[in-house]
Amino acid sequence: MTSSKGLEFKIEERSGVSQGRILCISVLAILFALVIAGLFFQLFGVSALKAYRLIFSGSLGSSFGLAETLRRAIPLLLCGVGLTIAFRALFWNIGAEGQLLIGAVAATGIALFSEIPAPLLLPAMFLGGFIGGALWGLIPAVLKATLGVNEVITTLMMNYMSIYLVEWLIHGPWKGPSARGFAYSETFPPSAWLPTISGTRIHWPTLFLGLILSVLMYILILYTKSGLEIRIMGENPEAARYAGINSLKVTLLVMFISGGLAGLAGVGEIAGIHQRLLGPTHISMGYGYTAVIVAWLARRNPLAVIFTSLFFGLLITGGDVIKVSLGLPSQLINVFNGLILFFLIGSEFFLHYRISLLSRR
Amino acid sequence: MGWENWIITTFSRSLAYGTPLLLGTLGEIYAERSGVLNLGVEGMMIMGAYSAFTTTYLTKNPWLGMLVAGIIGGIFSLIHAFTSITLKANQIVSGLSLTMLGLGLSGVLGRGWEGKPLASTIPKVTIIPLSHLPLLGPILFQEQNLIVYFTIISVPLLWYILFRTRIGITIRAVGENPATADSMGINVSRVRYICVLLGGILAGISGGYLSVVYRPAWTEGMTAGMGWIVIALTIFAFWNPVNGMLGAFLFAALYHLSFRLQPYISPELLKAMPYAMAIIVLIFVSRGTLQKRIGAPAALSLPYTRGED
Amino acid sequence: MNKTDDYAIELHRIVKRFPGVIANDGIDLKVRRGEIHCLLGENGAGKTTLMRILFGLYQPDEGEIILNNQKIQITSPKVALQNRIGMIHQHFRLVSTLSVEENIILGLDEGTGPFTNFRRVREKISLISSQYGLSIDPQAKIWQLAVGQQQQVEILKALYREVEILIMDEPTSVLTPQEVEKLFITLRSLVNNGLTIIFITHKLEEVMKVSDRVTVLRKGKVVITVSTKDTDKATLARLMVGREVIFRFKKNPLQKKDKILEIKDLHVLNDRGLPALRGVSFDLFGGEILGIAGVSGNGQNELAEVLTGLRKVWKGLIYFTNQDITHCSSRKINKLKVAHIPAERIRRGIVVTLSISENLILNKYFYLPFSRGEFLNYKAIEENAQAMISEYQILTPHHKAPVRILSGGNIQKIILARELSKDPGLIVAVHPTYGLDIGATEQVRQILLAQRERGAGILLISEDLEEIISLSDRILVMFNGETMGILEEENADLEKIGLMMAGSKYPGEKI
Repeated sequence: MTSSKGLEFKIEERSGVSQGRILCISVLAILFALVIAGLFFQLFGVSALKAYRLIFSGSLGSSFGLAETLRRAIPLLLCGVGLTIAFRALFWNIGAEGQLLIGAVAATGIALFSEIPAPLLLPAMFLGGFIGGALWGLIPAVLKATLGVNEVITTLMMNYMSIYLVEWLIHGPWKGPSARGFAYSETFPPSAWLPTISGTRIHWPTLFLGLILSVLMYILILYTKSGLEIRIMGENPEAARYAGINSLKVTLLVMFISGGLAGLAGVGEIAGIHQRLLGPTHISMGYGYTAVIVAWLARRNPLAVIFTSLFFGLLITGGDVIKVSLGLPSQLINVFNGLILFFLIGSEFFLHYRISLLSRR
Repeated sequence: MGWENWIITTFSRSLAYGTPLLLGTLGEIYAERSGVLNLGVEGMMIMGAYSAFTTTYLTKNPWLGMLVAGIIGGIFSLIHAFTSITLKANQIVSGLSLTMLGLGLSGVLGRGWEGKPLASTIPKVTIIPLSHLPLLGPILFQEQNLIVYFTIISVPLLWYILFRTRIGITIRAVGENPATADSMGINVSRVRYICVLLGGILAGISGGYLSVVYRPAWTEGMTAGMGWIVIALTIFAFWNPVNGMLGAFLFAALYHLSFRLQPYISPELLKAMPYAMAIIVLIFVSRGTLQKRIGAPAALSLPYTRGED
Repeated sequence: MNKTDDYAIELHRIVKRFPGVIANDGIDLKVRRGEIHCLLGENGAGKTTLMRILFGLYQPDEGEIILNNQKIQITSPKVALQNRIGMIHQHFRLVSTLSVEENIILGLDEGTGPFTNFRRVREKISLISSQYGLSIDPQAKIWQLAVGQQQQVEILKALYREVEILIMDEPTSVLTPQEVEKLFITLRSLVNNGLTIIFITHKLEEVMKVSDRVTVLRKGKVVITVSTKDTDKATLARLMVGREVIFRFKKNPLQKKDKILEIKDLHVLNDRGLPALRGVSFDLFGGEILGIAGVSGNGQNELAEVLTGLRKVWKGLIYFTNQDITHCSSRKINKLKVAHIPAERIRRGIVVTLSISENLILNKYFYLPFSRGEFLNYKAIEENAQAMISEYQILTPHHKAPVRILSGGNIQKIILARELSKDPGLIVAVHPTYGLDIGATEQVRQILLAQRERGAGILLISEDLEEIISLSDRILVMFNGETMGILEEENADLEKIGLMMAGSKYPGEKI
């Protein structure tokens, strides 16, 4: 109990929480974060209101802005949906970034070096990317399930390893013609280019995949046996053992899905936007990490990720706008992300506990 | 002669690289012993690196830089403490968000500081009488900087406090069984706050060491995941400061030795070595833990509420 | 001041509310100095809540506490200790990885700064130990000590802090009958040295044996406070429950069927890799209840886990209806119609955030009709839930409600409904009535007896000796991972069982 000026606060646990309240608190958390971020704008001598107006008008106010928002949302959607599944099993997959990169690597390999005929090339790339990402994610999964190794560290370490793998490839065996000091691989043949909506960079097949998978994962988690097993394992691993659920199988399954979906995101980026393997920070400027917040904000609901990924797509695009027009640094998006995530989990306190005032007797 | 030089170089390099690892690990050991998992170490380190660099550059006083680094790390850790302890939020996600924040902030604020040279750094000392000892002399007592001494001395001190004093008993009780500690009149929150704060301060100083002493320069993201390796080392050390020292320096030595593989493995892949090593370290630790069941403080990463039975 | 009115502590009109329940409803309690005062009541009567208020873990909503004629506010355990009030909880508040002396000085300010003079600490511990007849090695780690010894550490902790009022919450629930005797002797010694003891219990035997006065609580109110010598067990029982209590169960005569379970020389390791079962062998027949008695921690939990596939067998064999199930998985055993009523029902038997319907099929979702192929059939799941809820009379607002909101008794009914609906041949029931109120306890016991009628073989593991004696057809006592003996119902008496629980083998009985 805390006391202040003759008033006493009582903190007691809530018994249940409504959807409306969840939404309300989440929105408030985001607003708080945006306010604090606004203070940073002031630090740089920019009016916060002006900055936010630019962010929203830049990302939603023009057709170009909307297109960019959607384009940024695609990898967030795929990674985010995958993360909701992992988080439901309490598997803290912070490695979506690395799984995305490996997916890109697999796609590149297939695009540049396989003999697969043109009409099958793109599907093969998606398949390869999925499997690549899935395998990269399965390694921490196996380590956790068999040895109990902390998955936060392993997935993170593998992110770094994947970054250097990509670096090695584009500076070494897959080195293509470089331009202006940046290294990249050869450009993909046209049959390996994803079609985009004309005039935009929206590679719609990936978007389509993302939307379908979001629905499929929703069905999986709520209406299938595996989904029930995942939920039981996440909510109570002891009970899962008691119920005879094979924890190894469930862990491998969630990471297969989560890593695979992130891999698909990587394929989309590489075949839809860049059409060659680039430096890792050009492929993904933190999509895998942002996806953690996307999934958290969506309260681990695969369908809700559609909306939260759009929201963050908006933020990223808006961030680009103010970077160009106001000269603010690009790392600002990480500040946004950190603040939003921070306020989100801080606000969860208000979901689980009720604070009431007791008057002093 | 060649052998001697090789040993001397290896050990001094291990000391140099191992010191920031050790500093971070010592702090994290205390935080986790009290039951709080601090995954924000990376963010605190990079903010420490940034603030130490800029402070030292502006004031030409490296000691002030280290002090500020510690303070900044401490402030960040207090935020994590508030969210994890008072608001009882998920500690993993809280730490992650602070790391993102720290990386982002330092990137934003650090723009424009890259490439600036640092003239002043922590002075090196030579302890003349001891510097003539064979092997040990050149490694430890010649041209060694004070932070290294400070770090090494704090190891037995921190060990003693943790295992032989009332304070240490309190900390270990809070991390093992907070309900018991609470019923014995201990303020669980306060103990945890202090331990997390210590962790943050040491993480900040560790980052400061990187940017002011190890390689006096500022680069965005220069900690390159060292914070995560600290977390792995904490587990490897079984939450014991002395093991922490052995682990940090061993890791540093292996890291240094891996460069010997340079002719055989390309530089990019070599850079991936520390991260692969951290994973291997964890595998070995986990296999041991399964056998012996000595493990983390039982209440690690679990928020405590009085009255929950 | 009149000598008999020398009260160590007084509680006036204490009220404490929790969401949905009034735990303490205007309680008056006066404890005389130097007496052993029992607080008697069934689960949920409010005894522990009241004492937690006295120890500063809870704050009363209304009412006051008077110590030495002064009104005091006990805002935390620290304040309680400052007022020389100590509490020993049912689940010991000891840090198992620390040593005895470290636990004793935990939270104390020895006045020498951060550094502790351990020699002085050990001297003081030694002094207290000899004064009260306790003997513990101060440097032993808690996890190395037996339960009775751990309790002594708790007492030492309190004495080290010079408490004058000692509250003990169900102190005998984890002790053997012999350890209980030793405890009572220690309590008398404490009282002779001037301490006042408040003793929470629901066991009438103990009240009659050790207390000077007893206060009966029921549903948050005081029913009566009376001198022990002026009352008897039957009266107290009636006051405690509000109605006549049947001490022994009316059981139909045993109709033993075929042998369903054969355990041969079972060796099993516990979580620490140490032997938990050392060559256990016995048989179980359909239609009988075999009670496994023994102080908690002597291998009973591991036995239950091994029989239900949750733990590996190191050596030995298990046959269930002539099928070797020694190395079968828990799911396979579940499919063979073995029911498991687990010990920690919330931790293991249910998932609190899932709905009641989902919990009712927790280990059945893979059967038709609950799932078809990969997909769950929620219609069938909900229908099943409605049927179970009415058959077992589970009180709940709605079957889609999350389990979290239910009471202990209803949660146990969910587990029973789920497990027993498969018409099991073998039921492994571990502490099935732990923490339940008297109404729920009776229901659970009746359900078990009905299954016995049906012909199921029941392995009943319980710490409640009264429960074991009244329900079992045969009783097997475990100690240190071995079977000490099996008694038929007619031969079962407290003394024999107590001796076996403490390690003496019972001669003559064929196992």
